[in-house]
Amino acid sequence: MSEKYSLGIDVGSTTVKTVITDSNNEIIYSKYQRHLSKVKETVTDQLKLIQADFPDAEFTACITGSAGLGLANSADIPFVQEVHAAFLAVKKKQSDADAVIELGGEDAKIIFLTGGVEQRMNGSCAGGTGAFIDQMATLLGITADELDELSLQAQKTYPIASRCGVFAKSDIQPLLNQGARREDIAASIFQAVVDQTVSGLAQGRTIEGKVLFLGGPLFFLKGLRKAFVTSLGLDDEHAVFPNEAPVFVAYGCAVYAAAAENAYTISALIDKVVNASTSDNIVTGEPLFRSQSEYDEFIDRHKKFDLGYCDIHTYKGDAYLGIDAGSTTTKLVLINDKGDILYHHYSSNQGQPLDKIAAQVKKIYEEMNPDITIKGSAVTGYGEDLIKSGLSIDHGIVETVAHFKAASYFCPNVDFIIDIGGQDIKCFKIKNKSIDSIMLNEACSSGCGSFIQTFAMALGYNISDFSQLGLFAEHPVDLGSRCTVFMNSSVKQAQKDGATVEDISAGLSSSIIKNAIYKVIRANSPDDLGQNIVVQGGTFLNDAVLRSFEKELGRNVIRPAISGLMGAFGCALYAKERSDGNVSSLISADELSRFAYTSRSAQCGGCTAHCQLNIINFGQGRRFISGNRCEKGGGAAVKNKIPNLYEYKYDSILNTVKTHQPKRYIGTVGFPLTLGFYEQLPFWHRLFTTLGFRTVVSGESSREVYYDGQHTIPSDTVCYPAKLAHGHIENLLDKGVDFIFYPCMSYNLDEGGSDNHFNCPVVAYYPELLLANNPRLNSKNFIHPYMDLNIRKNVIKVLENSLKGYNIKGRLPRAVDEAYEALDRYHADVANKARDIIAQARAEKRNIIVLAGRPYHIDKEINHGIHKLITSLGMAVVTEDSVAQLARTPKLNVLNQWTYHSRLYRAAKYVTTQPDMQLIQLVSFGCGIDAVTGDEVRSILEEGGKLYTQLKIDEINNLGAARIRLRSLVAAMEQK
Amino acid sequence: MHEYAKFTEDMLKTHTILIPDMLPVHFKLLISIFETAGYKMELLTNDSRRVVDEGLKNVHNDACYPALLVIGQFMDALNSGKYDPDKTALLITQTGGGCRASNYIHLLRKAVDRNYPQVPVVSLNFSGLEKDSAFKITVPMFIKMLYAVLYGDLLMLCYNKCRAYEVNKGESKKMLNKWQRRIGNIFRKGGSTYTRTKRIYTDILDDFASIQLSDEKKIRVGIVGEIYVKYSPLANNHLEDFLISEGCEPVVPSLIEFVMYCAAGAFNDAKIYDNKTKKSIFNKIGYELIHAKHNELINVVKKHGVFEAPHDFEHLRKLADKYINQGVVMGEGWLIPAEMAALAKSGVENIICAQPFGCLPNHIVAKGMSRAIKEDNPNANIVAIDYDPGATRVNQENRIKLMLANARM
Repeated sequence: MSEKYSLGIDVGSTTVKTVITDSNNEIIYSKYQRHLSKVKETVTDQLKLIQADFPDAEFTACITGSAGLGLANSADIPFVQEVHAAFLAVKKKQSDADAVIELGGEDAKIIFLTGGVEQRMNGSCAGGTGAFIDQMATLLGITADELDELSLQAQKTYPIASRCGVFAKSDIQPLLNQGARREDIAASIFQAVVDQTVSGLAQGRTIEGKVLFLGGPLFFLKGLRKAFVTSLGLDDEHAVFPNEAPVFVAYGCAVYAAAAENAYTISALIDKVVNASTSDNIVTGEPLFRSQSEYDEFIDRHKKFDLGYCDIHTYKGDAYLGIDAGSTTTKLVLINDKGDILYHHYSSNQGQPLDKIAAQVKKIYEEMNPDITIKGSAVTGYGEDLIKSGLSIDHGIVETVAHFKAASYFCPNVDFIIDIGGQDIKCFKIKNKSIDSIMLNEACSSGCGSFIQTFAMALGYNISDFSQLGLFAEHPVDLGSRCTVFMNSSVKQAQKDGATVEDISAGLSSSIIKNAIYKVIRANSPDDLGQNIVVQGGTFLNDAVLRSFEKELGRNVIRPAISGLMGAFGCALYAKERSDGNVSSLISADELSRFAYTSRSAQCGGCTAHCQLNIINFGQGRRFISGNRCEKGGGAAVKNKIPNLYEYKYDSILNTVKTHQPKRYIGTVGFPLTLGFYEQLPFWHRLFTTLGFRTVVSGESSREVYYDGQHTIPSDTVCYPAKLAHGHIENLLDKGVDFIFYPCMSYNLDEGGSDNHFNCPVVAYYPELLLANNPRLNSKNFIHPYMDLNIRKNVIKVLENSLKGYNIKGRLPRAVDEAYEALDRYHADVANKARDIIAQARAEKRNIIVLAGRPYHIDKEINHGIHKLITSLGMAVVTEDSVAQLARTPKLNVLNQWTYHSRLYRAAKYVTTQPDMQLIQLVSFGCGIDAVTGDEVRSILEEGGKLYTQLKIDEINNLGAARIRLRSLVAAMEQK
Repeated sequence: MHEYAKFTEDMLKTHTILIPDMLPVHFKLLISIFETAGYKMELLTNDSRRVVDEGLKNVHNDACYPALLVIGQFMDALNSGKYDPDKTALLITQTGGGCRASNYIHLLRKAVDRNYPQVPVVSLNFSGLEKDSAFKITVPMFIKMLYAVLYGDLLMLCYNKCRAYEVNKGESKKMLNKWQRRIGNIFRKGGSTYTRTKRIYTDILDDFASIQLSDEKKIRVGIVGEIYVKYSPLANNHLEDFLISEGCEPVVPSLIEFVMYCAAGAFNDAKIYDNKTKKSIFNKIGYELIHAKHNELINVVKKHGVFEAPHDFEHLRKLADKYINQGVVMGEGWLIPAEMAALAKSGVENIICAQPFGCLPNHIVAKGMSRAIKEDNPNANIVAIDYDPGATRVNQENRIKLMLANARM
């Protein structure tokens, strides 16, 4: 009888792996190959290779892997879930392992083998891993292997959001633009993958003992291995990287197949795969162009919007330079006094914007006629500050202003501008010749230009070929309009279902557009946008994207031929307008030839925020500091302090426990400085101290506090303020308090004027979650009673029950009354302070911003210092609760049933009555309730003639987007 | 503020009220009750990709998936031209709790108003919201609806059991259709036949027991979660069908449990917060009535002996106390951990928690409680599956397959 063989086929999101085992479960053949989304073809090719070696042998066979499910079903070959396959493989090969970590193209998995077998994989939001690393490498303009090399030279790592790829990306981008070392960024990327895997998957279970690492990325990337080993504190004996790691799952699949009944020859299997019908459950849309002539008409129409050109070698006279240092690309435009283009440049910045731009300026100096005088220069974009100081540019302007300038040049009555760049979508409406409302994509939906590029590369195309493919696709795939991570899975599914590359290309173009229209702009009809729409940004150079946009809107739009250069062109126009006739301060050709800089990192000691600074030294005393959130770190002397209620409230809450402590105490109670405590601390502190307790609060929030509690977070999509609570609990436990007091409250205080006065579910019940997920907590050291602060007798009764052992019954009524008074005093104090601030701001003729969020938004780890950013722009800051009582609740179109949120409506109403005030709404990412309040606050403000600005905040410590919005807001206010 | 179209008395005669496809088994029965009361109703079944697209277009994208689907389904129906907007109204349920779901009706109104300002939206709620509408639930209607829910639950229970094991494919579905028609007719006919529960329950049980079942052993999978995603095939990508195709038996807790959970919430809060009101007393009486009726059903099923009886709701409440306070009343609140624990204890250890992506209460009551439930029931195999317009089926199914691989170990 012939040898009995088993064949395991692992079809992952990016690769196909095949393994053959003999009857002893030994691997006698294995192969690893990228499938570039041609799943069926690649599997067939691999089977043919096997056929050559084993023409007559029979195999029991099985398929595994995320992209193998559909194939297995349609080819009628058994399927085994991939984590389970890995489990089987480990049982055979490494039976003494305690845990397995496997990273694949898009999945991350952990298997715990000892102490209760458990198999886990990332949820739908945890983002890719292999694909994520590829994306990051693309961002840096290098391969994954080069990224790996770089990471090994790192000196430090930066905190990069680890929750999902998109978030990490928005952390990395500004680091790049600010000139951080690429080596350090590379290592930070790997560290983020580690954090994501460990926190997202382990969820409270410690990874220890002998750990087996599997999957392509962990096999090929040394830096990633190092990060895992170091983070988990493993030694060589306990960190196992098997040689067969890339095909390990396929091996497990073969092990599973060994138990199958039916055996086939390879040719029979090939028949099965080839004849597998691809299912037709993909949803498709209309083709972008039905015919070549339709396409030609489209091209002709857009050709009309072009600029004049003028020869840089022969022109004599004045010139103006505009630079757009975008997040992934670098754009330069040099114009003459008529606005004709003398020189233009567009390229990827490859993570080195300063070098790229310096090289281009040098080139301009080399090429230009000696009789050209550059009389003005301006820069915009993410790298604005860096380039401005590095190259001595005259003006730095906010991107929205630059784009508006450029768009008006082509279409003087433009009323809507949409710019899709590499990393962000910016849209703004123009009313009365000024920027009216600005919409930027939130961190979660940044599937923009760089996203298509990454996809193109993953599928083995360059970007322009890839998008051309989509133009005449017959059945563009409907890929939905969500964030990149979801888009990845949608593409995966479409591939599984047999969509062609052409269909996917067209589908991606249309997704970007849907994302922009429905998620960023949230338009209901084309008329919502405007009559005269100008589109720009590098992504619109892609005809497929432009066509998708026109099709989705059902109307034609203007795309200037220099669509990708509009920011730079706007800067050049601005420089020309502002020119006083003198020569630009731009770095001279001579200085440029000696241009060099060094960069180093440091920690700011200006305040307790300890911002990570990046200091770039250009020589001759010129330097550029980034990473600072307030003016202090920038090295500037702090001038007249602009009043800021966020700081006042924060200090006031922090100082609460410093007074009124009993000399002799009956016990120590700890309050976590989180969620509702940011409002109610004065109440609880007074109550407990009056009862004779000493009160202690957890330390101030920081990224470290977050990391301290990260392992007890069960839901990775809850808002950041809630996630921080876990660290505060650890902090209190370490402080050794007798018990932590953290009440559950369905209801908040009734402030009137609303339909109800709930807390949001997270604020109301988070103590339940903390108790259930932190093994250090129990019913003795964690007291979390339910009570309603509106009902005094209930508070007394509940506390009497909760604090039975302390014999405080008699003192309770007085303590509760004093507590209510303390809370009232606190509210009154905040309101008084707001009055002072408003008066002072008016005396100094400053605008006033009501930065409206929730009480816990005063936490500096939650607001990331946005209030300081506002004061640095010369405006005073007050809070929503400090002005809410000054207005009545306006008529609303929603159910107004949450106390904190009902303040937003009243604050917004109040702002509409004050000419020098604007409201900015702070929204924590993942706050479902603000999906309701946001639209309502917007309509209150807009009806009252005010601008609406919403800033979404999360663990991302990057104020780039916030800065653009705030500066645009200032620009708009100045014009009003 | 803008005034939205109201549902007026005369619309009773002229308007057809559209109902979202939330509980396919139950809603058909409920419709017959409304029809007897003079309303014209139609259950929507449109479920193409356009439903999601309309939802994305008309609802804030951060709003949760149920809102997006319900509104998308309505908008798609109105756009289809099948319904005269001048003679159509929409119905949406509203619980009035601290979850943002209470705001769906407002989101729906905003969306409808932009395109079909004449179409009124009515609220189906038992919390006294929306008092100025001519759409009213009278006490007799309320009682009938209660019976309908119980009948629906029994049908769902028998149907899920039978179709997982049926020897002749499609037989259970036929039986379900037959009984949906028959119970509908009982309500339409008027009179008090519908109160002859014991008789009707037994007939249902006998009928389903006559279906020939195979005796193969299947993995039983409990489904808990957010109320809409848990029951609606549109929302959960036909989860029950998928489980059947994977050779499993879906076990879906009764709708009446959610009704009792809501009723208990009101009088429980009164107790917790020392705040007894007329409403809470009324709820307590209501709860006891429903509880008695439910126990009657349980006893009939037990006595009949073929099908597994639902849990006594008081048992669920006791189980909840082990993990979470019954003060957690937003969304599905304490009911989710209670149902998970009850399932695990009764041998249904494999549990899917179906929820909208980013569901606020479920952070606490689902993912937040899994660890405690697993600690108590070491064999519990719980997976939370997020549903969202962008979440792909392949991703969801792969995770369910992992759960099933765990189950088979």
